[in-house]
Amino acid sequence: MVLPEWLAEPGLNHFLVVSAVLFSLGLLAVISRRNIILVLMGIELILNAANLNFVAFSRYGSLSLDGHMIALFVIIIAAAEAAVALAIALNIYNRFGSVDVELISELKE
Amino acid sequence: MDLFAVVFYLFAILIIGSATLMVFSKNIVHSAFALMFTLGGLAVFYALLYAGFVAVTQLLVYVGGILVLILFGVMLTTQGYFEKVKTRTVNLVPATIFTAIVGVLLISVFVSTDWTLAPLRDGESTMTALGELLMTDFMLPFQVAGVLLLLAMIGAVLMASRTRTPKSPGSSYGSPVSSPDSPDSSSQSPDSSSAGEESHKT
Repeated sequence: MVLPEWLAEPGLNHFLVVSAVLFSLGLLAVISRRNIILVLMGIELILNAANLNFVAFSRYGSLSLDGHMIALFVIIIAAAEAAVALAIALNIYNRFGSVDVELISELKE
Repeated sequence: MDLFAVVFYLFAILIIGSATLMVFSKNIVHSAFALMFTLGGLAVFYALLYAGFVAVTQLLVYVGGILVLILFGVMLTTQGYFEKVKTRTVNLVPATIFTAIVGVLLISVFVSTDWTLAPLRDGESTMTALGELLMTDFMLPFQVAGVLLLLAMIGAVLMASRTRTPKSPGSSYGSPVSSPDSPDSSSQSPDSSSAGEESHKT
């Protein structure tokens, strides 16, 4: 099986393309799904796409170990964000009885 | 076609396929498990890029922590006995067109840009260097991240433990934690909460 060279050897661009597709899918989840948990999952996808870019540039570009460091901090902040956002989602569910983001339209009873 | 390329394409298909499944699946539990495969495939990508520590952290924090949190969120915010686990999608066609435009723009920028590439280094272990960086150059962000995690943990515990009966449409009752000076509040509150459950289920 003979493949063209740009296909046979994955390089920086291949990882960047995968990350761009992940970013688009995350954006699609954020703007088209109405469940607040699914919106959160879309945000996680977007953060992971950014992380993949950082690590890919740290391997192929001149961004040496700093890229790994930034990826680690992004993971840490994503963990904190997920915990707080799920607590907010639980509170919203307790107050409104639903997690549909279109139904949540009032600030205070 | 060497092993690197085979593993890359295999896991690229896994990542993108399960991310697509996550976005378009109607069942939110299926979405959560598809997200697990995406995150695991990304850990393999990090290992392919010689970022071993990031790969292990991805597995531990994302697959082991955030995904379990999301599953807990799914189960705690689902009404009834998992009958209404299906979720809604709105504006699918304009959203898909918009994100396709964004994705094509991103890919064209990524492919057409002439990145300055450094020569590939052999894969030495990055663990020692990362530890030294954390203790020298990244000391302040490291400590700040620790404080941030502590604050997020305390805030999440305080917010999530504040339970309240779901507001049922049409009836307005106060919080189930009633004031202690009213004499019949202890006998009244279970009734009202169970009535709220009943009207909520219908």
